[in-house]
Amino acid sequence: MRQDHLISASHLSREDIEAVLDRAADIDADPAAFRQRHAGKVLGLCFFEPSTRTRMSFDSAMKRLGGQTVDMGPVESSSVKKGETLADTVRVVEGYADALVLRHPSEGAATMAAEFVDVPLVNAGDGAGQHPSQTLLDLYTIRENAGLDDLTIGIMGDLKYGRTVHSLAEALTNFDASQHFISPESLRLPRNVRYDLHASGAQVREHTELDEVLPELDVLYVTRIQRERFPDENEYRKVAGQYQIDSETLDAASDDLTIMHPLPRVDEISPDIDDTDHATYFEQAHNGIPVRMALLDILLSQDR
Amino acid sequence: MTDDHQLRVSKIRNGTVIDHVAAGQALNVLAILGIDGTSGEAVSVGMNVPSDRLGRKDIVKVEGRELSQSEVDVLSLIAPAASINIVRDYDVVEKNRVVRPDAVASIISCPNRNCISNADEPIQSRFTVLSDGVRCDYCETIVREDEVAANLDVN
Ligand SMILES: [Zn+2]
Repeated sequence: MRQDHLISASHLSREDIEAVLDRAADIDADPAAFRQRHAGKVLGLCFFEPSTRTRMSFDSAMKRLGGQTVDMGPVESSSVKKGETLADTVRVVEGYADALVLRHPSEGAATMAAEFVDVPLVNAGDGAGQHPSQTLLDLYTIRENAGLDDLTIGIMGDLKYGRTVHSLAEALTNFDASQHFISPESLRLPRNVRYDLHASGAQVREHTELDEVLPELDVLYVTRIQRERFPDENEYRKVAGQYQIDSETLDAASDDLTIMHPLPRVDEISPDIDDTDHATYFEQAHNGIPVRMALLDILLSQDR
Repeated sequence: MTDDHQLRVSKIRNGTVIDHVAAGQALNVLAILGIDGTSGEAVSVGMNVPSDRLGRKDIVKVEGRELSQSEVDVLSLIAPAASINIVRDYDVVEKNRVVRPDAVASIISCPNRNCISNADEPIQSRFTVLSDGVRCDYCETIVREDEVAANLDVN
């Protein structure tokens, strides 16, 4: 990668993405070859909001490369609680580690943190902003199952607040992918993502109904619509119900349709899909390990 | 241009006249330039002055201070038609248009309340200038041209 940090999927070129995915494939094929790759290196985990899954995934990836991790622990027990700025926290913690992983509730936190540290920094989610390592594992899963070029993908659910969606949509503009966005009117793509998609020449095709586009999809990427986005329970139930899928929904889909979801799901994908060949979300979650190993391997191997 | 126009521009002896400011933006112009009269310069402001080009315009005159191009370029975000006249001994010696800068810092505050630039961190707000607005360098929120004035952070 050309840069030292991974902050936003919009910074990634096709070459950057392919370098990570190719490395991930190498790791998948022969994990043992990477077992001592970063022995003696330490990864700092700075999670300012709970995300057990992402944290475990980075922790596991670093250890599988032979390295170790140090964890700042829950915010409640740290200096942050005493009012320390993020800028100060990361400047202190970078002395403990060879690279940092940051999860923070404010948008732009990783961009700012990267201005204050010299070690590589990975954005593991900044508020409703970006979550680029999730994007890389999504892209890896798409490449393995459907291919990234000549792809027709539908992205459905909460497109307004869903950071995985924003990162994925921007990253896909590097490929010959036709993107469809399916959501309730109130949860359409935000202005800045729309701007980026237009700027990169991508067509933004938006739908309120899955039926309109389902038969032509190679991949359907489903995200959760959260209760707190709606003023009341009734409105939420009415809207969210329209974006749930089950095996019956898939009668209209191609036999080769790949269904993805960043997990955790609630009821947007019925369990009766789990045993079909369409279900790819658990494989997707498992891909987090080789992809994050690949990412860390590349960032930690750079001469800086 | 009418004599009346020339007269108005020439009224100060030495300093800067910012002409063709969109009507209603004169006080924002002063705020962006950090001119509040405390450093003693004589400042005069005309608001809703009839204009051939704009119908109505505002005009700002600052005695005793020559504003540099980089100082005035940020004005392009709220007053894209503004012209900058440098006056010496009652003569306009230099007349320039504002040019859109590539980026602006500390002028606009990000309307996204959850943006790190609004938290208590040791950073300034910073925006990249687009063709029809500006974009927060931190959270990537886009502020359209017509929303810039409402998001000025200059007081
Ligand atoms: Zn912002």
